[in-house]
Amino acid sequence: MKSNKIFISGDEAVAQGVRLSRPHVIAAYPITPQTITVERLSEMCEAGEMDGEYMHVESEHSAISAAMGASSVGARTFTASSSQGLLYMAEGLHYCSGGRWPVVMMNANRSVALPWSIYGDQRDSLSLLDCGWIQVYVEDAQEALDMIIQAYKIAEHKDVLTPMMVNLDGFILTHTYELVEIPEQKMVDEFLPSFQTPNKMSFEEPKNLGFSSKPDDNTEFKYQQNKAMFDAIDVIRDVDQEFADKFGRKYHDMVEEYRCEDAEVVLVALGSVCGTIRVVVDKMRAEGKKVGLLKIRYIRPFPETEVKDLAKRVNAIGVIDKDISFGYEGTVYTNVNSAISKIDKYVYKSNFVGGLGGRDITKDEIEEMFNKLISGVENKSEEKVEFFSLNVETND
Amino acid sequence: MTNLADIPKVNAKNMTEKEFFYGHKACAGCGGSIAVRLALKVLGERTYTALPAGCMSAVGFIFPQMAFNTNAIITTFPGSASMASGIAVGAKALGQKDVKTVVFAGDGGTADIGFQALSGMIDRNDDVLYICYDNEAYMNTGIQKSGLTPYGTKTTTTPAGKNLPGTTTHKKNLFEIIAAHDIAYAATASIGYPQDYLNKVNKAKHIKGATFIHVYASCPTGWGIPIETSVEIAKDAVDCGLIFLAEFEDGEYKLNKNPKQFAPVKDYLKKQGRFKHMTDENIEVVIEHRDKKWSRMRKNWL
Repeated sequence: MKSNKIFISGDEAVAQGVRLSRPHVIAAYPITPQTITVERLSEMCEAGEMDGEYMHVESEHSAISAAMGASSVGARTFTASSSQGLLYMAEGLHYCSGGRWPVVMMNANRSVALPWSIYGDQRDSLSLLDCGWIQVYVEDAQEALDMIIQAYKIAEHKDVLTPMMVNLDGFILTHTYELVEIPEQKMVDEFLPSFQTPNKMSFEEPKNLGFSSKPDDNTEFKYQQNKAMFDAIDVIRDVDQEFADKFGRKYHDMVEEYRCEDAEVVLVALGSVCGTIRVVVDKMRAEGKKVGLLKIRYIRPFPETEVKDLAKRVNAIGVIDKDISFGYEGTVYTNVNSAISKIDKYVYKSNFVGGLGGRDITKDEIEEMFNKLISGVENKSEEKVEFFSLNVETND
Repeated sequence: MTNLADIPKVNAKNMTEKEFFYGHKACAGCGGSIAVRLALKVLGERTYTALPAGCMSAVGFIFPQMAFNTNAIITTFPGSASMASGIAVGAKALGQKDVKTVVFAGDGGTADIGFQALSGMIDRNDDVLYICYDNEAYMNTGIQKSGLTPYGTKTTTTPAGKNLPGTTTHKKNLFEIIAAHDIAYAATASIGYPQDYLNKVNKAKHIKGATFIHVYASCPTGWGIPIETSVEIAKDAVDCGLIFLAEFEDGEYKLNKNPKQFAPVKDYLKKQGRFKHMTDENIEVVIEHRDKKWSRMRKNWL
């Protein structure tokens, strides 16, 4: 295969993925650190590299509303947001999944005010886990580009018809430049055919959409929505395999295990921190410690089978959360823990909450987490939720 | 562009017999449903209809009983204009020709919660006719004050009592606010003057881009009037000068009706339960506000 690599940021890689997916409508509103994506898309539209209509909406609420409107007549749509903007969209996120409109969105993971912070953590999207969107988290710019293309194929699948959010860590991924392979348009066109849906208004077959339901019917609609999310798991697998066959890059479906074959202690994480964990795993493996990484790619639908399967094989699981559900624990941990509780085996568990508001998670910190997990198993400790590397003294 | 003077007129005689909003559950005498029904008869089959949460969506879309024979969709409450924009832009991107997208939103959905999206839609000049049916309060939730509720109105959030006369503010100048965007076409209308309303919808239908009609639409349930007087009261509102019929086109305002003498405001108000409590002093405030507005309109728009 002829290589076509260019040096671009994560935001720009997303824009390339969108261009190649040929959306009819882009509903764009700026917010740091997503803005570069919609800037690049406007340039591509101006240059005639894209045929899509570019809408300058006046808010994120209107961005998702316009995307839904376009999708409701059968148009492929894209929008992008982050943090406060994603939260401003929240009504529309639920609305969109309930309407079964397969809008694809890029979210630049950013902290949520107050205090204000433009830097990265994952509290924005994780606080919206229940809004009915497929959520995938990527680790680098190449995966970002590839997942935009895959996202349309997954979201628009007739068994799925569910919107999809591709999450990139703010700045760490959105603003970091990497060499990214740009697929050929012809190959993307072969992989991703035009959007066809029965769920649209048309003059051939007029429809009333976005309707009300009575208590007699509402649960059934929600059942179908939930079922579609579970059905998406098979589609995600098939699409990833088809993508690998076509483009030579495979992303290991719902999760990726890194050096977990004979691992005793594993850290679970989402997004860019996985890159750092890989380095620590390699170092500790060289020292003879049996550690590994479980990279959760999709958190909705949740990879329950994969987490249970791993838990059966290991002694300890630690979860890094760039997120906290105040008054309890990290949201990723809650989800992972729920899956582990369904197997009949003791696994030592720990939740490491940190990396909030853009603070780096360092190799040393990750090594310390692994060591805590190892000693936790040895001492048969109780599970623990801790904010790591706090700069203040606490009485915990 | 179509020469607007050459558009065939739509009237009661030549209007289609087809119904596009039929079998809904609106209250008897609902002025909003009259505004929707008439407009869709003018706009016809190749119409995408978008309605926010509100009376018309609540009575029209109860699964599996759908009341629209055109394509229709309920939008988010704040997002009717932006969702309609998406529909219009999506249809354009898909190469659909001879299509109109119309919004029917109430006064709260337009002048309050939906205003930002409406402003954006006009700014982008998306091909949408936005019709605000104004029954002067949040009626779907049970008569609460909106930005278009007039002075003196008793609502469930502006009770009239010893200390307050009901609503203490005047209606926002919605028509002028919309016109200030330099929109290609905006108009006010009343279901009490149906031919004038039909003409305005017909004109807007033939203009490519964003257009706006503010139609006064009575609500017997919320106003405390007999259901059979729904259309009559909407005419009275115009005749007493509290509602005016006007257009904004090519940057110019035009008063369509400039009565030499107004019908008595008091007669109009006292027919309605929502104004029954008003004192002569309260009514003077209404008249003074009306007169100021008319002297401004006559000075600037004639």
